[in-house]
Amino acid sequence: MKRWKKRAAIIGGGLAAVGIAAALVLNALNSNIALYVTPSDVFAGKAPKNQAFRIGGLVKEGSLRRDNITVHFVMTDMVKDIPVAYTGILPDLFKEGKGAVVQVKTNTNGEYIATEVLAKHDENYMPPEAKDALDKAQKTKGASAP
Amino acid sequence: MIPELGHFALILALCVCLLQGILPVLGAHNGRREWTALARPAAQASFLMLAASFVALAWSFYVNDFSVQYVAAHSNAQLPTLFRFGAVWGGHEGSLLLWVFMLSAWTVAVAQFSRTLDDTMVARVIGVLGLVTSGLLLFILFTSNPFDRLLPAAENGRDLNPLLQDPGLIFHPPMLYMGYVGFAVAFAFAIAALLSGRLDAAWARWSRPWTTAAWVFLTLGIALGSWWAYYELGWGGWWFWDPVENASFMPWLIGTALIHSLAVTEKRGTFKSWTVLLAIGAFSLSLLGTFLVRSGVLTSVHAFATDPRRGIFILVLLFLVVGSSLLLFAWRAPKVALGGSFALMSRESLLLTGNVLLVVACASVLLGTLYPLFIDALKLGKISVGAPYFNAVFVPIMAPVMFLLAAVPLARWKNTDIKEIALRMWIPGALALVAGALIPYLMGGWTVMTALGSALSVWIAASGVIQVARRLKSSMPPASFWGMHLGHFGIAVFAFGVTMVGGFQEEQDVRMEPGETVSVGGYQFKMIGVKDVTGPNYAAARGEFEVTKGAGAAKILEPEKRNYFSSTMPMTEAAIDAGSTRDVYVSLGEPLEGKAWAVRVYFKPFVDWIWGGCVLMALGGLFAMSDRRYRLRVKEAVKP
Repeated sequence: MKRWKKRAAIIGGGLAAVGIAAALVLNALNSNIALYVTPSDVFAGKAPKNQAFRIGGLVKEGSLRRDNITVHFVMTDMVKDIPVAYTGILPDLFKEGKGAVVQVKTNTNGEYIATEVLAKHDENYMPPEAKDALDKAQKTKGASAP
Repeated sequence: MIPELGHFALILALCVCLLQGILPVLGAHNGRREWTALARPAAQASFLMLAASFVALAWSFYVNDFSVQYVAAHSNAQLPTLFRFGAVWGGHEGSLLLWVFMLSAWTVAVAQFSRTLDDTMVARVIGVLGLVTSGLLLFILFTSNPFDRLLPAAENGRDLNPLLQDPGLIFHPPMLYMGYVGFAVAFAFAIAALLSGRLDAAWARWSRPWTTAAWVFLTLGIALGSWWAYYELGWGGWWFWDPVENASFMPWLIGTALIHSLAVTEKRGTFKSWTVLLAIGAFSLSLLGTFLVRSGVLTSVHAFATDPRRGIFILVLLFLVVGSSLLLFAWRAPKVALGGSFALMSRESLLLTGNVLLVVACASVLLGTLYPLFIDALKLGKISVGAPYFNAVFVPIMAPVMFLLAAVPLARWKNTDIKEIALRMWIPGALALVAGALIPYLMGGWTVMTALGSALSVWIAASGVIQVARRLKSSMPPASFWGMHLGHFGIAVFAFGVTMVGGFQEEQDVRMEPGETVSVGGYQFKMIGVKDVTGPNYAAARGEFEVTKGAGAAKILEPEKRNYFSSTMPMTEAAIDAGSTRDVYVSLGEPLEGKAWAVRVYFKPFVDWIWGGCVLMALGGLFAMSDRRYRLRVKEAVKP
């Protein structure tokens, strides 16, 4: 085989591999990205429709209620509250008054159904997303207050 | 006093490392033998200094010296001695000290086992390693000194994160770091070769055993981490595509490509530039991993504390390493001679295809890991990229790699006949088709993914067995032959485990009361009850479950929910009955009303094959390294 043909084949093969990989990546990214939102964002209608998203914030004190293996609780940024339900076992560090992140998609009767609940693995550590939600809420609160 | 000595030793080590990084390299350049001769003694001296420093820190933990801030933050008087030892690298500062200590251990090993290499090459390699060590030592001394005092001293320590109080902590980080850091040696060899302009087969031959050694450690380190997460975190998963896991996996992917590319460079003298780029890439990704884990930019299990200064320092170090080595490469690469040519169908081209696929896989993992960081940095909002992304991208890229790797050992160098390979692969091919059709069906349900996984595993395993059997007919093959096949067989075992767990595991979260029974995966789990027990530094609720299958004997599983005295963080200790073809797994959730508990019950078929496969891969690496031809040929190469 001629040298240029071989080179063309190698380069073509490489480009094809990269192209296919890029297509795979874009496709997978498109359907597997979850946006972080704060409870206030959810109220403002900023949560994506028909796609999973994550809510960061605090688990509201006194909101935790168990119903068999399903847990109901409220995610808050101290301004707005979002009720969430989760079926399954919660992470060890999930506690009222502590930061958490929940991944939700659907909403039944005003309650978001969580598919994943994340709490951090160090008691002194707050998920940045939860902290972010609180900071944002504090800011808007401060701005709107006289 | 002891901590100050440790701190002092650290400073001395930095001075020695700077000497080690500058003089031998200059000496090699100017042909000054008295300067190149400094390389080995300097490497030994800095190793001794770092060993002293490391022992000083370990001693501070041993005697509970809570006037040392790092000890106070990561230990406790009640902590068992073994874990106090592990706690030395249980936090940021200590783990970095371990990092440099291991780097200098690798350097000393190079100094020791390179008697047959020519002195200027050794001087350059040790010099480059000295510079890298200096960079990290500066980082430790300026931003993360483990010997900082806490005045007044703490009454008692804050204790080690309960998650880390496990024998896994003793082994996982050192193993992983040995791998991470080991790629520095491959990197140093590549840079030394670029500096000397002698990018030849001899360089590849020297570099190969070291690179393989690093790869073996990294493989074991990742496997240990995965196993630890499986039994300690109580989530029952073995891989989460957590950014930190990805940080260790990316160098592994590039390292795998590198050991194969080095083989081509050694045997055929081609792919030189590619090999050098991979060596630079593997080490850069190791540094990037350190940056990701230690800078706190990520939300992760491993991100303990955050300090922006640290992140910036590592980022600068990373840019220096990547930038300077790429510049050097750009300057030297045009002078690199082309190696032997090869046809479109040859062992070279097949290995190159595999290499490209591994790099593409690594790039897709890198993209998924860094994408949220970019989006955040551009103020476009906060997002997360979930595990489904990685699965969706990774599997289609790796499936062709697995398809190829069974056939590549049959291909000839330079030019190969595809028909000949096809003729010799029809038995494994037929077996793979049967396996793909039958195994998922027998396990309980046919899906595309389980069929593909089973078929590829059998394809690799069967072709390996046939190739070994055929080779044994002629003569006893060398260790590297066994290494290759053992490693590939490990991939088959690993892939089979992943496929079975992915396709056929059963999981249930249930509410259980004493006396109640649930059935998962054909096993009956009967809850006997939960009682309170006390451990050395914790109190726990210990559940008792009776597990039976059919009329078989009952097995008792005792999962625990622990509360450590020194922290408010509860810990789940799963109870696992491990078996060669399945694990059954029980962990306690939280107490519900009365005597009821939320309980998680798993049935995991072939899960242990995942780690077994990794052990086989590592063994394969060991065999490949031990091949005597490395030692023989190195001697030959030195002869004028």
